Amino acid sequence: MTDERGRPYYVQNIPVPETPRPRQNPAAWKKTDVVGKRLPRVDAYERLSGSAVYPSDTSLPDMLYGAILRCPHANAKVLSVDARDAERMPGVRAVIMQNTPGANVEWSYGRGYKTKLFDPHCRHEGEEVAAVAAETPYQAWDAAKAIKVKYETLPFLSDEQEALEPGAPAVHESGNRSGDVQVYQRGNIERGFADADVVLEQNYRTESELHTPMELHGCVAKWDGNRLTVWESTQGVYAVQARIAEVLSLPMANVRVIGHYMGGGFGSKLQAGKYTIIAALLAKMTARPVKLFLTREETYLCVGNRPPTNMKLKAGVKKDGTLTALELTVLGSGGAYPAGGASGVDWVVRDLYTCPNVRTSLTDVYTNAGPARACRAPGHPQGAWALEQMMDALAESIHMDPVELRLKNIPTYSQAREGNPPYTTTGLRECLEEGAKVFGWEESRKRTADANVADRLGHIRRGVGMASAMWAAGGGGPPSTVIVKLFSDGSVNLNMGASDIGTGTKTVMAMVVSEELGVPLDKIQIEHADTGTTQFATPSGGSKTVPTESPAVRAAVLEVKKQLFELASKDLKADATDLDVKGDEVIMKSDPSKKIKIGNLSDFRRRGVILGVGYRGPNPDKKVVNPFAAQFCEVEVNTRTGEVKLLRFVATNDSGRVMNRLTYDNQVFGGITWGIGLAMTEARLLDKTQTGKMVNRNWHDYKIPTALDMPMKIESHPVDLDDTEANTTGAKGLGEPVTIPTAAAIANAVYNAIKIRITSTPINPMTLSRLISRSRKEG
Amino acid sequence: MGKKKDERDRSRQGVTRRGFLQLMGASAVASTAARGTAAETPAEVLEPAEMTRIALRINGRRHRVVVEPRWSLLFVLREKLGLTGTKVGCERGECGACTVLVDGQPRYACLTLAVEAEGKEITTLEGLMKGEELGPVQQAFLEHDAFQCGYCTPGQIMAVEGLLRHNPDPSADEIRKGVSGNLCRCGTYEHIFKAARRAVELRNTKGGA
Repeated sequence: MTDERGRPYYVQNIPVPETPRPRQNPAAWKKTDVVGKRLPRVDAYERLSGSAVYPSDTSLPDMLYGAILRCPHANAKVLSVDARDAERMPGVRAVIMQNTPGANVEWSYGRGYKTKLFDPHCRHEGEEVAAVAAETPYQAWDAAKAIKVKYETLPFLSDEQEALEPGAPAVHESGNRSGDVQVYQRGNIERGFADADVVLEQNYRTESELHTPMELHGCVAKWDGNRLTVWESTQGVYAVQARIAEVLSLPMANVRVIGHYMGGGFGSKLQAGKYTIIAALLAKMTARPVKLFLTREETYLCVGNRPPTNMKLKAGVKKDGTLTALELTVLGSGGAYPAGGASGVDWVVRDLYTCPNVRTSLTDVYTNAGPARACRAPGHPQGAWALEQMMDALAESIHMDPVELRLKNIPTYSQAREGNPPYTTTGLRECLEEGAKVFGWEESRKRTADANVADRLGHIRRGVGMASAMWAAGGGGPPSTVIVKLFSDGSVNLNMGASDIGTGTKTVMAMVVSEELGVPLDKIQIEHADTGTTQFATPSGGSKTVPTESPAVRAAVLEVKKQLFELASKDLKADATDLDVKGDEVIMKSDPSKKIKIGNLSDFRRRGVILGVGYRGPNPDKKVVNPFAAQFCEVEVNTRTGEVKLLRFVATNDSGRVMNRLTYDNQVFGGITWGIGLAMTEARLLDKTQTGKMVNRNWHDYKIPTALDMPMKIESHPVDLDDTEANTTGAKGLGEPVTIPTAAAIANAVYNAIKIRITSTPINPMTLSRLISRSRKEG
Repeated sequence: MGKKKDERDRSRQGVTRRGFLQLMGASAVASTAARGTAAETPAEVLEPAEMTRIALRINGRRHRVVVEPRWSLLFVLREKLGLTGTKVGCERGECGACTVLVDGQPRYACLTLAVEAEGKEITTLEGLMKGEELGPVQQAFLEHDAFQCGYCTPGQIMAVEGLLRHNPDPSADEIRKGVSGNLCRCGTYEHIFKAARRAVELRNTKGGA
């Protein structure tokens, strides 16, 4: 989750400046006119009409296309690269490889580990070996395939569980450990287990997931002399700019990164890729713009994944439901380079429930597989897969309702953080109670149990399950700078650096402006995600974009209002505190008949615009801002085929104030969809014995949930706790917490239906029917 | 009437194997083609490396383009004609981001060769616009927030459009099946289902399509 300097994962390896504090400290909104409503997105027209130009839609005059030749082996040394034939092929304008002048640059991973852009030792399938620019992508691929490479193939390691065994192939000369074992402990774990009435221990595993956002990773790069412009599909333009400037030794001012629209990232586009640098180098060599977007197969190999996670969880509980001890041991792998293969996995164990004695230990090992990248709530869905199934088992062992067991252990402060700081809000109790009520939890448990006992559905078994979650980030914080410009007709320009990765960032920010100024959404122009013209923002990740940016937007608007009222107080001969603004008019609150058009303000005419700069203020001192969640689901298991049908889902979230109910619910459904993928369909398959290569590197063989995998019914019920302490808009993050409990809730429901505990993902017909037949044999 | 029905039946089948082979480069398929369709004389034999002049009818307009026989319709739409409403997700017929209507049927433009699309009526996302106004399916997607990043969305819209053209009042199950060839990684399916229902209403009130 955090690097050695304690910084969150979404700003690792990039410089983050400090911004000044906002000059005003406004009170929380009491009643809102715009914020919280179900409003369509401000950029819906562009996205639905086809007028939005995504980075992959960018087309420039005289543009070439790039293609990257990648190592086909899991572990190999590049002995020689012969591009003579490729260079002579039709349409080919440049071929680059390690010894090409300018291409011998360094590429860094976590903990400062450096390799080469085209490293002579390819430690995973898909490492970059050479690249081509040609007149068409077809020609570029023809040429890439014509490059002759001699490899020395080396023994490979695909299974992280074998990494530390004697004689295992070494991914790095230093061995297969990626960093030191991370140990956390509090209290006395042995005494905790001794105090327990019941102690359970279980191994769990989640498979590696691939992000596969719909828009492929890539960019268009163009040079104007020594100035580079890159249109990149990214979650953070400033992060991409910093990496390009670092790798190519360019002044940051000479690197402009634009990412107005982007087709999904989920953590895999928080930073630049090697493809970004390669596109820039090809463009430099050919003195022409180059478009380089990966193929779908490449995105499976080398732009990140959720690491495979092996967990052993031991838990102790008293008969009254008091948790006495939790001990979690994790083995994960971030692939071939330092990439946080186990990070974040233990957070829910450390902090979701009150427990005095906790010990966690995280081991991260290297394997010959693509490096991990942050993936929607890094570590958390894996940890919840173990913890929330364990809670279910503990509840059963002490004959307690699983919701009740959780309600007995709700913390009000963070036990895992230094000094035990309290949470600004913990809506976990509300999430559990509201969710249980809406779902009809107790009634459903009885109904499904009765039906199963009476064999009313034949070989079909029904079950219900639930799980809860927290997200260790999601509070946001500085830095962020936003500029709001008010034009003389009351319309507004909003300037911010943040990317809208599909979560509705632009819409929410426009709603904040509208709330304060009374200007309709269609009179707000948004300029964003461009390092050349918009203000600094950290990448959109960590579910922190709304809680980070919306207070900065509000601060900027308040700066505008302050100046506006100063101008208007002269014309209206009123006290500035007695003024309000509604659209294009300033109105006197005490006498609404006194009003003036903004454009008619005598001092406004001279200025043309009023400009307000807003900064994101600090989070409350010695307090923690985290979102909480709970989910309930009902499933149907076909005991003959092993098929699981999801009947319904209820999700409750404490993500602070609901900023836009329409996009909020959409995030909730999306998070559940991701959780369904983790639980039931998604698993990276490596050929562990023969080649080490990934065997399901496409959407046909690697299944992500489709329309037909959706539950028959999903409901989103926000627990709308306005978090007045968290920040000036009261919002917390949503996108990640909502995917954390899903997989465990499904597993618990399947257990409830057939009394078989599925501890490894994915729960698919193949594994389930095997488990069912085994349990029949065991009788 | 009879002729129209024939045309409709043919378009529902999509391109026939024979028609496909005729369009392929002769060298690549010569041996198999010789056995399978020996009685048929290929209408035209295209050399793989040779540029071919074709005319595509897209959104009611005729576009003359010079293409390599191997170029996909998707590539020509996006990179040669600038019709970037049609998106690229996998280029292997898995995700549906590139869905267009070919003679009224949803088709993956990545698996359709440009030369194969000649003589057909191609409709892309841009073709659903009524001037500057969103068409009924697009409007329904707006109202129900049936997208997040928006990248699979053109394909989803074309799938719904294609479904409604043949089945103006689909059941919930038919809607699910109708968009099941279109992946949405953001997971907005629930809103897509609602938007498809809303599109039915809008098409009726606006007399759309």
